[in-house]
Amino acid sequence: MPSLPLVLAAETVSTKLLSLSLPDLVIIVAYFAMVLGIGWYLKRQTQTGEDFFLAGREMTAWIAGLSFLSANLGSLELMGWAGAAYQYGILATHWYWIGAIPAMLFLGIVMMPFYYISKTHSVPGYLQLRFGENSRAFAAISFAFMTILMSGVNMFAMASVMKVVLGWDINFSIWVSSLTVAAYVSLGGLKSAIFNEVLQFVLIWAGAMLIPILGLIEAGGWENLKMEIAGRLGRSDYTHVWSTLGSFQDNPMGIHWTGIVFGLGWVVSFGYWTTDFLVVQRVLSAKDLRSAKMAPIIGAAFKMMVPLIVILPGLLGLGLLDMKLLPESEVKLTGGYSYNDVLPLMMARYLGPGLLGLGITALIAGFMAGMAGNVSAFATVWTYDIYRAFIKKDATDAHYVSMGRWCTIIGIFVSIGTAYLVMQFSSIMDYVQALFSFFIAPLFGTVLLGMLWKRATPAGGFWGLLAGTVSSIAMWFWVYMSPGALAYVALSPHAKPMAENMYRGLWSWIICVVVTVAVSLVTRPKTDQELVGLVYGCTPIPSEQHVLLWRRPILWAGVVGAAFIALNVIFW
Amino acid sequence: MTSGSHLSIWFFVGILLAFYGLIIAGAGIYGWFVPPQVHLAQYHADLWWGLLLLAIGVFYCYHFAPRKARAR
Repeated sequence: MPSLPLVLAAETVSTKLLSLSLPDLVIIVAYFAMVLGIGWYLKRQTQTGEDFFLAGREMTAWIAGLSFLSANLGSLELMGWAGAAYQYGILATHWYWIGAIPAMLFLGIVMMPFYYISKTHSVPGYLQLRFGENSRAFAAISFAFMTILMSGVNMFAMASVMKVVLGWDINFSIWVSSLTVAAYVSLGGLKSAIFNEVLQFVLIWAGAMLIPILGLIEAGGWENLKMEIAGRLGRSDYTHVWSTLGSFQDNPMGIHWTGIVFGLGWVVSFGYWTTDFLVVQRVLSAKDLRSAKMAPIIGAAFKMMVPLIVILPGLLGLGLLDMKLLPESEVKLTGGYSYNDVLPLMMARYLGPGLLGLGITALIAGFMAGMAGNVSAFATVWTYDIYRAFIKKDATDAHYVSMGRWCTIIGIFVSIGTAYLVMQFSSIMDYVQALFSFFIAPLFGTVLLGMLWKRATPAGGFWGLLAGTVSSIAMWFWVYMSPGALAYVALSPHAKPMAENMYRGLWSWIICVVVTVAVSLVTRPKTDQELVGLVYGCTPIPSEQHVLLWRRPILWAGVVGAAFIALNVIFW
Repeated sequence: MTSGSHLSIWFFVGILLAFYGLIIAGAGIYGWFVPPQVHLAQYHADLWWGLLLLAIGVFYCYHFAPRKARAR
């Protein structure tokens, strides 16, 4: 999410943060060799459309769950949120806890049965089954466009980070990483993307876990670190997740608990984790319904621990680094290091030759897995929801697999083109996050009503989705043309872009739901027979009575939910 | 994908971790005599971390080796 400042840094810092030695380079090269080897190996297993686009629907709960998490855990995410932790303190943890865990558990327990039983290959595919071709076409085209744009933006952002951190040429980073991704995804399809995401997951933990361990040793434990931070800053609100959210002025982020709970915890989080096909596609590859339900729960368990390797290093930087890190705007004028440099700085502090290579490999792996996630999701939606649905309906399965491979390669080249476009017009970066938010919140409203309310009609679904998206775009333009409108859209003239995105998402979700309900009530619904496998109340959900208690998803969702509550209380 | 005639992803993970463990532990042994210019170098984190990665990697390689996967 927070990638723009990292990119701006590329324009301002001329000296690199880290220097690599021979063992580091050997480790990085070995990673590239391994991912290409996996792609080559999996090519033989990828023959049918089901293999290429859904990884053969044979992934275990663990593999689907770790891949589900990895598709989101990109390197920009790691560096950006470590920087946010340095800037805002432990409040950044909300994006990993309330901003993810409830939605992931809801996906696993409530929504996954419908996605899985309907045998859909994509989220737009589910919309087609539930609401018809219009809704599918709208969702598929917007998703394909946004995914490829995001892929290009992330590609440029990562190349910029490599320039700042290692001094690598931007063109070199873009071409080497994107051609590698193009090779292994076009060879092995989603299975190859998922395998590499699991590999990336392991590398991220192996590469990043030493920083919190050594940092806490140096700080003398968590309690001492809290005292050190409070002493340095002269305030103690950097290490509490909830107790300072009673008013806008009492915390470093200038945010109220209602914004965190309803904006982040409801619309933004549920919209992203339950309807963004990039992450949902991973779970659809599970081998059976129980695995599909368990995958997001396993993902949630690990998501809860990610602050250890992201937020804690930011706080350690706050308590231990001798220098004071600055906002990007100040770094541009005065030099020095920015908030977003905190993770590389902590790497440089503790990691010697070899370990540093592993840490950098974790960042590169994160970036490549994110890009592979984008292009594999794009290939599926383009081939099944656009090409097969509207261009060539009666081709053979082999033809669609071939189309999937080619559009993976073409998708990468379009992404590269987008990356160079962003290089020329960096203001595109400002708009991309907003563009993405236009579609996610209304889509969540449409899918949620589609799954839980059988009275929702095809016309209601389509017009609700369209109204929500158009209203979101209209609100954005309103604020863009007349900044004073921020006071109405975000309820405060001082709202930051993040808060504006949240409130705009909330309004567009409400508009989507209201329009869907209103139109549905005056149009003819589908019969119950047509809704079997798609909607709550019409779909027989397989009983889990015969499954041993400790193997039931609901039990583990309860365990993760209890741990989530406990963590929030402990760090209150 | 953890059984059957295909190689498991965990087998690939094992190979890479074992290789990384060897390189990092090797760098750690060198660092024992020529300490790297990092904080807490006296704890030799590279050596212990490298040995840990090597142990996990070897375990995964053995446990998910193709012959065992076929036997299950």
